[in-house]
Amino acid sequence: MDRKKLVLVGNGMAGIRTIEHVLKLAPEAYEITIFGSEPHPNYNRIMLSSVLAGGSDMSEVILNDWSWYEEHRIRLHAGHTVTQIDPLARKVYSDKGAAADYDVLILATGSDPFMLPLPGADKEGVIGFRDIKDCETMLEASRKYKKAAVIGGGLLGLEAARGLLHLGMDVTVVHIHPYLMERQLDETASKMLQKELEAQGMKFLFRKHSEEIAGRKRARELVFSDRTRLEADLIVMAVGIKPNVKLARQAGIAVNRGIVVNDLMQTNIPGIYAVGECAEHRGITYGLVAPLYEQGAVLAKHLAGAETEGYAGSVTSTKLKVSGVDVFSAGHFAETEGARSLRYQDEVDQVYKKIVISGDRLIGAVLFGDTSDGSKLFSLMKKGESVKGREKELLLGFSAQGSGTETAEQRLAAMADDEIICGCNGVTKETIKDAVLTKNCTTVASVKACTKASGSCGGCKPLVQGLVQLYAGDAAGEPAKEGICGCTTLTRDEIVAEMSRMKLQSVQETMHVLGWNNPEGCSKCRPSLNYYLGMLFPESYADEKESRFTNERYHANIQKDGTYSVVPRIYGGVTSPSELKKIAEVAEKYDVPMVKITGGQRIDLLGVKKEDLPNMWAELDMPSGYAYGKALRTVKTCVGSTFCRFGTQDSIGMGVRLEKEFERLNTPAKVKLAVSGCPRNCAEATIKDFGVVAIDGGWELHVGGNGGVHVRATELLCVVKTEDEVVEWAGAFLQYYRENAQWNERTSVWIERVGLESVKKALENKEDRIALFARVKQALGRLNDPWKEIVADGALRKNFEPLPEAASARN
Amino acid sequence: MAKIHIGNVSDIDRKGARTFLFEGTEIALFRLADGSVLAVENKCPHKGGKLSEGMVCGRAVHCPLHDWKIDLSSGRVCEPDTGSVATYAVEVDPISGAMYLCGRSGRGETAPPDQAAG
Repeated sequence: MDRKKLVLVGNGMAGIRTIEHVLKLAPEAYEITIFGSEPHPNYNRIMLSSVLAGGSDMSEVILNDWSWYEEHRIRLHAGHTVTQIDPLARKVYSDKGAAADYDVLILATGSDPFMLPLPGADKEGVIGFRDIKDCETMLEASRKYKKAAVIGGGLLGLEAARGLLHLGMDVTVVHIHPYLMERQLDETASKMLQKELEAQGMKFLFRKHSEEIAGRKRARELVFSDRTRLEADLIVMAVGIKPNVKLARQAGIAVNRGIVVNDLMQTNIPGIYAVGECAEHRGITYGLVAPLYEQGAVLAKHLAGAETEGYAGSVTSTKLKVSGVDVFSAGHFAETEGARSLRYQDEVDQVYKKIVISGDRLIGAVLFGDTSDGSKLFSLMKKGESVKGREKELLLGFSAQGSGTETAEQRLAAMADDEIICGCNGVTKETIKDAVLTKNCTTVASVKACTKASGSCGGCKPLVQGLVQLYAGDAAGEPAKEGICGCTTLTRDEIVAEMSRMKLQSVQETMHVLGWNNPEGCSKCRPSLNYYLGMLFPESYADEKESRFTNERYHANIQKDGTYSVVPRIYGGVTSPSELKKIAEVAEKYDVPMVKITGGQRIDLLGVKKEDLPNMWAELDMPSGYAYGKALRTVKTCVGSTFCRFGTQDSIGMGVRLEKEFERLNTPAKVKLAVSGCPRNCAEATIKDFGVVAIDGGWELHVGGNGGVHVRATELLCVVKTEDEVVEWAGAFLQYYRENAQWNERTSVWIERVGLESVKKALENKEDRIALFARVKQALGRLNDPWKEIVADGALRKNFEPLPEAASARN
Repeated sequence: MAKIHIGNVSDIDRKGARTFLFEGTEIALFRLADGSVLAVENKCPHKGGKLSEGMVCGRAVHCPLHDWKIDLSSGRVCEPDTGSVATYAVEVDPISGAMYLCGRSGRGETAPPDQAAG
């Protein structure tokens, strides 16, 4: 097989992101070589400011460690800067004498901090803020020196200043403009931000042109054009970034501000592409992570030969979080010609909001102090839909908290009935009021299930919550927003939406990009993120066993003494004499202390030593029963028409077919099925997640039952005629549950939360059912029996054995 | 004590664990995301759960039995639970990846008797 040669210049987030995508989509297509100037593997540049601010360890910012490159057989030249491209010979050369041929070349050279060409800028203690080395310099300086100056009062400069402040330095931010962050904020918001930062100890000098850096070997003073001076032992230049285009320009690639690319990220030279901060698309260069990831996704698809609509540019938003200061900015926030703006300013609670409208569309927004509407406004902006008649509501209406509960409540009460609350789904106040008053919806979740309000971007949630409070009074449930665990404030829906929007690829990446408090998460969020990623991207996501619970990692149930239990698959509870003999022999051979018939009509071998698991599985030669997993467990059956004198249908055959159809399926929580052959219901199908009860000439399908902690009888979903229909509805139901429930939420709790009606609605159209069924089949297509996989793979098998003691004695 | 060669760092999966029997005590060796290896006695101070089977998050492991969280560098149980496990010093040769056990570095305390396994 001759693979094409792919060379990536630039070992940073945008480039590696593209490579990860390519590996997922076409793992065998390319032989990959990567050049990176820094002596590090790919790390998360965005996190550097939190390293300085004390939130993270330097090692925690690594996104792909060395072993990742090895695993994917990528040749990495770390510490090599590519100095020449020869487009005719299709070859690149590095400063350290390495060379590589390419069929496809990706330039992801990023950008450099723009260093002001001041006299003295080459002195010790003058740096940019871009990479790990700069961070290390800052950390070191903070130990020896006291005074720091940051040139540049933009996003990057303030982050650097905040970090230095945290390191105990006396920090002055020097800005050429009259106010901070002028590219993201208007003057009012900027002044409020300044006041906050001053309260934290940051100092500012405005309208100052730096002219010279004085000092001997090391910087001592910053000298301005008005001849005033500022003492500083460390000077950080954060006046901007410039795309790194030197290499491209030398090679004759078309360059403007950045390397010019089309919608497929192609440069003007065939076979050469550019992504990330160095690329200029439709006249724009980007410096934020989301657009870079979007570009990477497009390029990877193109390189993998998959269809793509191409990159159409991004509307970006900025969120600044410097210790308690919330700032949001997006789009065109300056009042240009033809644009109108609305403002809200509250100097008591330090809240400021401004939205800018052109024609009847929202084109920009600035929020300070209360940024809860940010995502909502941003989504309206991206959609470009008309906001005519809703302008004031956009400015004031979303946040029910606003300024004091009383006024917010009054505001909601006074709002006209036909005003739109949920812009995404066009739900009016009247519809929500009606749901609360007449349909007994007392939580945001039930209103959502009933009306779809807050069901898309979720931005109007506070407002919906406010209305529920207003009309349900004391009966209102579900208090303030809580994240899925202590590591984040994001909810399940928000996380899943971000995962699919940014095509996130791993648990670690999700936690990085979405700003987890604990860089490696906890035992609650890690398994749930792993589940959501697998659900969203069944074809490309590689399951992370380290993010699964013990039982799912070892494919057996851990017992209180550290032994395990083994439950092989017995389809529909039907076994045979020879199978029973085999189980008995294995149980005897491995001294299994207890053999028990389970409640799900199978056999449990309890008290097995971990080391014995793989051998027992091999000798049993039966599929795993998944008795340990958030997955399809058993399909319980009664005897049915095969033997029973009351049986109306072949319940055993139906049960075996269902179990074979859906075995191994990962689900948010465990799923149990049952099939009864007549309405006497001996298989207890009406306390199962999906229960089938045969009637004369058809099958009743019941859902959302539970016989455990919280006994709940099923609700009737529908009645169908044929076995094929039973399978189709079961598959569609399971997939709809997989796509919509929270991780660890049983169907009973989920259905109670969303309402049976919403489930019925989702499944009632044949086309929808077929689409859901196709997706469940796609998910199932990637799964193999885990016991057989472990038995055959030494790398997996080693984890079942202790390290050999013998190694110690002799060495 | 003399260093004991106990295998190679590649024997342990990242964010995974292996066990090793040392003078009658089972030791759990964890390989963290950053590649470093930490070792503790393989016994949760709560009910004796095998920590080697737990989920590794940052520098801590969650016991598989009742989700107690144990800091692997200090051996201490994280709040709101209390107690600690014995820790062991491990050296990893940066070039060959060979792992050596260098003896116990911290003593463990089991939970009060009423909490311990019966």
